[in-house]
Amino acid sequence: MSSPRGSLGAAARSLNAAVSARSRAVRAWYGARPLHLLALLAAFALAGYALRAVVVAHQWRGFAVWFIVAIIGHDLLLFPLYSLADLSARRLLPGWTARGGAARPGPAASGQPQVPVINYIRVPAGFALLLLLVWFPLILGLSATTYQRASGLVTDPYLWRWLAVTGVMFALSAVSYALALRRASARARRGRHGRYRKRRQNPRTRPGRTGRPAAAWLRDHDLRRADFRWQSKLRSGLPRLPRPRRAGR
Amino acid sequence: MIGCLNMARGTAAQIAAGAVRGAQRAAAWSAHRADAAVRRAAVAARGAAVRQPPGPFQPGFWRSPLRGRWLTSLLGLVLLVGLPVIAITGLLSYAAYNPRLHGNDETPGAPLLKFFLFSWPTHPAWVYRVDQGVHVTLGLALLPVVLAKLWSVLPKLFSWPPVRSPAQALERLSLIMIVGGVLFEFATGILNIQDFYVFPFSFYTAHLYGAWVFIAGLVVQVALKFPKMMAGLRSRSLRRELRTPLAATQPEAPDPERLRTADPAPPTVSRRGMLVAVGGASLTLAALAIGQSIGGWTRRTALFAPRGLSAAAPGALPVNRTAAAARIVAADTGPAYRLVVTGRRTVSLTRHQLMALPQHTVVLPLACVEGWSYSAAWTGVPLTELTRLVGITQPATALVESLEQAGSFRSATLSAGQVSDPRSMLALCLNGVDLPPDHGYPARTIIPAAPGVHNTKWVNNITFTAAQ
Repeated sequence: MSSPRGSLGAAARSLNAAVSARSRAVRAWYGARPLHLLALLAAFALAGYALRAVVVAHQWRGFAVWFIVAIIGHDLLLFPLYSLADLSARRLLPGWTARGGAARPGPAASGQPQVPVINYIRVPAGFALLLLLVWFPLILGLSATTYQRASGLVTDPYLWRWLAVTGVMFALSAVSYALALRRASARARRGRHGRYRKRRQNPRTRPGRTGRPAAAWLRDHDLRRADFRWQSKLRSGLPRLPRPRRAGR
Repeated sequence: MIGCLNMARGTAAQIAAGAVRGAQRAAAWSAHRADAAVRRAAVAARGAAVRQPPGPFQPGFWRSPLRGRWLTSLLGLVLLVGLPVIAITGLLSYAAYNPRLHGNDETPGAPLLKFFLFSWPTHPAWVYRVDQGVHVTLGLALLPVVLAKLWSVLPKLFSWPPVRSPAQALERLSLIMIVGGVLFEFATGILNIQDFYVFPFSFYTAHLYGAWVFIAGLVVQVALKFPKMMAGLRSRSLRRELRTPLAATQPEAPDPERLRTADPAPPTVSRRGMLVAVGGASLTLAALAIGQSIGGWTRRTALFAPRGLSAAAPGALPVNRTAAAARIVAADTGPAYRLVVTGRRTVSLTRHQLMALPQHTVVLPLACVEGWSYSAAWTGVPLTELTRLVGITQPATALVESLEQAGSFRSATLSAGQVSDPRSMLALCLNGVDLPPDHGYPARTIIPAAPGVHNTKWVNNITFTAAQ
């Protein structure tokens, strides 16, 4: 009884060894587990099978062109365009720093409170452009004829709606920027008068909210960053800093 | 207890030595930055053998401090939940056309991909309305997430050397399926709902098979990347990120996939700010469109939707093909109009004779594949009444044809279930008045839960077949 089982076991072991040696060789050449290759081949097979139906329907040319143009249009056209727009806006707006970021909120050299304006432009502009990206055939009236034939409606109102929504977004953004400026100047005043200097320091609260004179002496954002890291226990995923040794240890 | 005491002591000490330590930390941070610069220089020296081309191929080109595996994983998770919902509602919509019945399949071919087809039910009547409303509105809502996800991984397009191993080459090739697929599907879908037919192919064919290419890419991407996504999600806490303001926003930790840039700039927006902006854009896009699917007074809230506020005039209901577009002329629908019903025998009926047949009124939704829908009270002759008229007791199918001479949906084949549903009818009136010309005067079919185009307008021929 035991001898056949033993020989079976040996055979299985040697088969295993052969398979694993083969899979090691495949892995060395291919760069991943053989399962990786199988999964990818299965996906390509499924996609190829679907594409065959497009070929049979004599539509593969337009299909392929649109597929590739979709990728190029996003990665090499849309993305560079919106990145460039964002970068230009950041450079043109006040508060640009040489390190490539906007200045942090806090009193500038003049003593006036500073709130970077960039996000108050990014958000309404970004959303307006997103609306345009989605609805441009209606907004620009490009599909006016087919749309009118299908629905009996005209595309004219969409442009006005888009302009109105864009205007409202920018107006709301301007109001919230004004409020942020007011908050910042109130904070700066409090900081100068030192009314809150003795308030208990809760390590979880934001530096701006504690009323500490944060804005006054933490002008350099790196300094503030290091300080906040200490006070807020936000340690996960941060670049490792060498810990300063504690005195007396 | 001792731990607590220690902790308390530690906190007191920290507060006491706060200012000194702040300065120390700042020094440490500068040292760290200097170290990083040295390390980068060393890496650059080592990499001199494989010189990157200039521009985006240089690791220093990408500066955003928000990019990293946590952000990519989070956006990936949102898409992993949302995109399959869009795919499944889309495939269900295909099934709703009953493509196995004669003449109904707009996208012949690839029989293996039609394994899931089933006879589309008529209950509940709102099922197609909800399916397509979700498909289109969720599609609009996920567009900002798709764009953000692509933004977060875009530097990887320019990774150098472009190919390191056959495995990596194949994996990059497979990205064409998922990236091209998602962009292709969103582009064709969004253009189609606005009747902007600039594509040189049939929307149905391209959108369906493009979806399968995308599904292939999605499945393999999930199979290969799911563990990495989960690890990425665990690398930071969402709750903590949502409490972190700009002043405390730090770059993510470097990761083996190099999603985090080598040289992050100081942030101009917090991770929280970015997530709120993307989520807000999603919700707003959906909120400005969903009224066209819900109908009623909410249609007025749909500022940006093809059948939203524009189609909300009092008493008006949206359509997808006007009588003018279908070239229906008054002569066809006037006194000369006859409806020919064929079964075991053939009868020809004027509109007056149709009005004299038993009628019923049912409130049923009408939903378009483009996502908009409305509910209305339809009055007309039950299809079961017409089958009785032509001597068929157990109908198998019905071929419904329109006066319209051309057009992809001038006819539709209905299933046995659709014909024998007691609510299915040849409608003559809409909300108590004669059908308006654009809604199919003199008569149209109304089938519960069927796609809008299968509710044929301007019907002049119905051919029933009997079950054997």
